[in-house]
Amino acid sequence: MSGRYTATRTSLRTGGIMLLFTLAFTALMASTFQVTRPAIEASRQEAQMRLLAEVLPPGSYDNALLDDYVRFGPAPQIGMDAGGRVWRARKAGEPVALIIEGAASDGYAGRIGLVVAVHRDGRLSGVRVTEHKETPGLGDYIDPRKDRRKDAPWIAQFTGATWAEVDTAAWTVRKDGGSFDYRAGATISARAVTRAAGRSAAFAAQRMDALFAAPAGGLLGDTQ
Amino acid sequence: MSPQQFRDISWNGLWKQNPGLAQLLGLCPILAISTTMVNAVSLGIATVLVMTVANLAVSGLRNFVPYEIRIPVFILIIAALVTMVDLAFNAYFHDLYLVLGIFIPLIVTNCIVLARVEAYAAKNDPLTSTVDGIMMGIGLVWVLALLGGLRELLGAGTLFSGIEMIIPGASAWSVFGDDYPGFLIAILPPGAFFALGVLIAVFNVINARLAARARRQPPPTAPAPATRAEGDGEAVAAG
Repeated sequence: MSGRYTATRTSLRTGGIMLLFTLAFTALMASTFQVTRPAIEASRQEAQMRLLAEVLPPGSYDNALLDDYVRFGPAPQIGMDAGGRVWRARKAGEPVALIIEGAASDGYAGRIGLVVAVHRDGRLSGVRVTEHKETPGLGDYIDPRKDRRKDAPWIAQFTGATWAEVDTAAWTVRKDGGSFDYRAGATISARAVTRAAGRSAAFAAQRMDALFAAPAGGLLGDTQ
Repeated sequence: MSPQQFRDISWNGLWKQNPGLAQLLGLCPILAISTTMVNAVSLGIATVLVMTVANLAVSGLRNFVPYEIRIPVFILIIAALVTMVDLAFNAYFHDLYLVLGIFIPLIVTNCIVLARVEAYAAKNDPLTSTVDGIMMGIGLVWVLALLGGLRELLGAGTLFSGIEMIIPGASAWSVFGDDYPGFLIAILPPGAFFALGVLIAVFNVINARLAARARRQPPPTAPAPATRAEGDGEAVAAG
């Protein structure tokens, strides 16, 4: 009788201590989260701004770019199955450029995330890879920070390319008869980025007016 | 803590029971991250931080933790600390976080932290436990630096690539010039095993030499730095 009583007491006591530790450390984590949240949000915005500034020079527009965006619904043709965002750059209220999120699902190692900036007249302002898992030292030159040629990074060739002048078939690497360079040894990564950049640019260029007209924070349904 | 104790803890952490070469704990992050020297050292520094804080916290709380539930409580403490370090880095050292950020959550999965907490901090006072955490961490850092440097040098022909993320303006050192064709296998996962194998072989050769010399002329005080670690963490799988 007393043995069973002790066993129950021990389990209850141990369980109680475990509960106390869990509560204490959860409270610690929750308060750290609360304290750090404003600072984290600020750095996240700053990081996003820096990324956008890489594809579109900050001097070319004067609106609050991060707040002036439109969401679009599922668009599998540009790799955004769950939809994505488009930021709208304006100068004195006039449309300047769109920055659109896109993705390539046919990279060498899975998904490659992109942002593509397209000027009002269809010229590309820049392309940047936001996430990828391509082979280090081989396919990762698609990210200019990993590109060994700092003077002429591979990704820079898209700046100034025009959607209107390059037809759909040519938006790929030279090896496939397209008009863009690739580096020997890793064609797949370059091909995936080139084709995805072309599709995203076309998506934005074809809906330029609708995207600029939509209310900020709104959702664009026409994605097919 | 006596100077002798300090020397023993340091010798254990830096050499004799080195987490990377002797205990072979935490292989998963070691092998995954050591593609470049900067990555490897970054992960090492984050680990030193977490190990030190975890050892201190567990050692301070060790008298309140019942023996039966010590492992879940230790994991709880480590996970909570890692989360807090992660949040604090993200908020206050954002540039460093962009470099270390992906490695910090990985530290929870690193069994070296749990191994030191269980094998050392749960039985010793906070001061020696903290020193143990620091020394074990530094032991890991130099092995990671060597491993990362070796793989980067062979694989890409550079050293310190990615240093600009930590020191803006600095740039990688192209040891073999820009024409180096690269040696891909050194950067891919198998290269990590090969390189670590070579390092452990060298470690064992040096230990065998030290042991032989100690046998020939036994020093009056210092114990022979013999053989391999006492299998401190062998109960914990190398994850």
